[in-house]
Amino acid sequence: MTVEALPRAGRRRAGWGVLAATAALLLYPWVFTGDFMERLGALVLLSAIAASAWNILGGFAGQISVGHAVFYGIGAYMPLLVYQLWQLPPIVGIPFAIAISLVVAIAIGFPTFRLLGHYFSMATIAVAELIRIVVSNWDFVGAAIGLMGPAVSRTVLDFSFKSSVPYYYLFLTVLALVLAVTWHLQRSRTGYYLRAIKAGERAARSLGVPVRRYKLYALLLSAAFTSVAGSLYALMIGFIDPDSGFGILVSVDMIIIAALGGAGTLFGPLLGAIILVPLREFTNAEFGGGGSGLTYILFGGIIMAISRFEPGGLMEIWNRIAGSRLGPRQRRHRSANRAA
Amino acid sequence: MSLTLVQVIVSGLLVGAVYALFSSGLSLVWGMMNVINFAHGDFVMLGMYTAFVAMVWLHGGPLLFGPAAAVLLFLLGVIVYYGLVRQVMRGPMLAQILSTFGLALVIRYAAFWVFSANFVTLPEGALGGTVNLAGIFLGLPQLISGVVALVLTAGMYLLLSHTAIGSRLLAVAEDRNAAMLMGIRPDRMQALAWGLASAAAGIAGALMAAIYPISPTIGETLAITAFVVVTFGGFGSVPGALVAGLVIGVVQGLSAFWFGPIYRDVAVYVLFVLMLWVRPQGLMGRP
Repeated sequence: MTVEALPRAGRRRAGWGVLAATAALLLYPWVFTGDFMERLGALVLLSAIAASAWNILGGFAGQISVGHAVFYGIGAYMPLLVYQLWQLPPIVGIPFAIAISLVVAIAIGFPTFRLLGHYFSMATIAVAELIRIVVSNWDFVGAAIGLMGPAVSRTVLDFSFKSSVPYYYLFLTVLALVLAVTWHLQRSRTGYYLRAIKAGERAARSLGVPVRRYKLYALLLSAAFTSVAGSLYALMIGFIDPDSGFGILVSVDMIIIAALGGAGTLFGPLLGAIILVPLREFTNAEFGGGGSGLTYILFGGIIMAISRFEPGGLMEIWNRIAGSRLGPRQRRHRSANRAA
Repeated sequence: MSLTLVQVIVSGLLVGAVYALFSSGLSLVWGMMNVINFAHGDFVMLGMYTAFVAMVWLHGGPLLFGPAAAVLLFLLGVIVYYGLVRQVMRGPMLAQILSTFGLALVIRYAAFWVFSANFVTLPEGALGGTVNLAGIFLGLPQLISGVVALVLTAGMYLLLSHTAIGSRLLAVAEDRNAAMLMGIRPDRMQALAWGLASAAAGIAGALMAAIYPISPTIGETLAITAFVVVTFGGFGSVPGALVAGLVIGVVQGLSAFWFGPIYRDVAVYVLFVLMLWVRPQGLMGRP
């Protein structure tokens, strides 16, 4: 269910909702002060960016990548690599990261998109693991130890701040950009093609949708944004190692956040991040390192429950509740949309 | 060809037989209902820990833990089918993939919690000894696990191709509705397929426990190995899985021998990516 497909009353309500959410996000750092809460806010937005990027491919085009950590890791490594090699400001590495991510995306997507969905999922998980092992053993990129960013901020271009608040607003800007692109995509011809592919590849092809090409477009866009999310992580944390860049849990986080909120919806990933990232951070803070085990038992359980009971995620539940309050004419409009 | 090289190849074949055993389970489930079990590697890991618990905590012998792993994992497979897979099977692709992926996380991190992240191994004494086969030295556990895996994989193939129950399984795989009209209950057959596939993973795990160090996170590597084997052999084909398993075992052995231990898995993953480019339907699969 997309925003523009709502009838006028629903659209107006959705508009107010977006406005209220935007205001809340803008004001958050003023309301919740203190290092932990400011950092938490920034991390929520960062995860929302990564999950929204995954959502373009996994949610809208229905191609489930379980190895998006590849792009995230490339994004996180390049900025710190250009710093290590040439002492350049880390942001210089971002375009390089995007370029490499796109090449890798083509290398994975081109062969597997000839086949049906499961192959793509298996290929992504294998490629992510392959690259993780290679990076873990490659001294040029710091091997198992990883890479450090500038310890002290030299200029403002280093994007190295003590407080999390500048990162918070930086991430909010990028998230707004990603969501704007996604929103535009939804309404464009490409968006309709992607939905057709998700609904049934053979049917889409028989209607003349260039299936493979559009799956590849979605993958490229998704990979580029995921790479940017990785770069932002590296800017904020100033340190990267193979597991926090390329580890399977990086991909897991993106998937579960998008799926809980609602894969294939515009605001689902943001909603998922608002719920799950605090949960993850609190359990990690409460139980220390061992907490991550507990967190992922919980995450795995949530993923199973969503796929078993509510594959549409929380946004679907919300739409159902909101839908029951609409008049009969609007409901008819909506069910017609859903059938389409 | 030097004797060392022969030894590497024979070891590779023995490990490959174990890969073939658990991969044929993955292949069976795919062939039956077009579902990939992302938790398959973690089922193997559970088989390994079953062997560990049976031997170290309960002081049982090798004859105990193989069947124990088979029975426990068979039950787990049936439960997973009825509790999770049956409902998501006809749902959207997202649900199909995420359901077993979530299951993998739960199993992996529950094992993390119960057994801690440390590697453990089975005690040496119980399963020691080497065999000298015409100048090739092989560990006794390695030899036994390889041969048992080979026999069981062949047994799985015979079960599917030469028994009434196998015909019923294949009938459901071919056409669920037609099978139902012939008086076959598809649900039971699919649950059986999950049970068999998981039991194969469990036994393979128990067999591997004698050779490899055990850790909660090993499931991911094993799952990818199974994906590679099944892609190579062609989805749904048990003989394909057998051949591909043996090939992958030898490739791992040789690349570790020639280039160093870290290339054991790297070579296989690279091969997988190349395979997807060149021949995505697998060695024996139909396009």
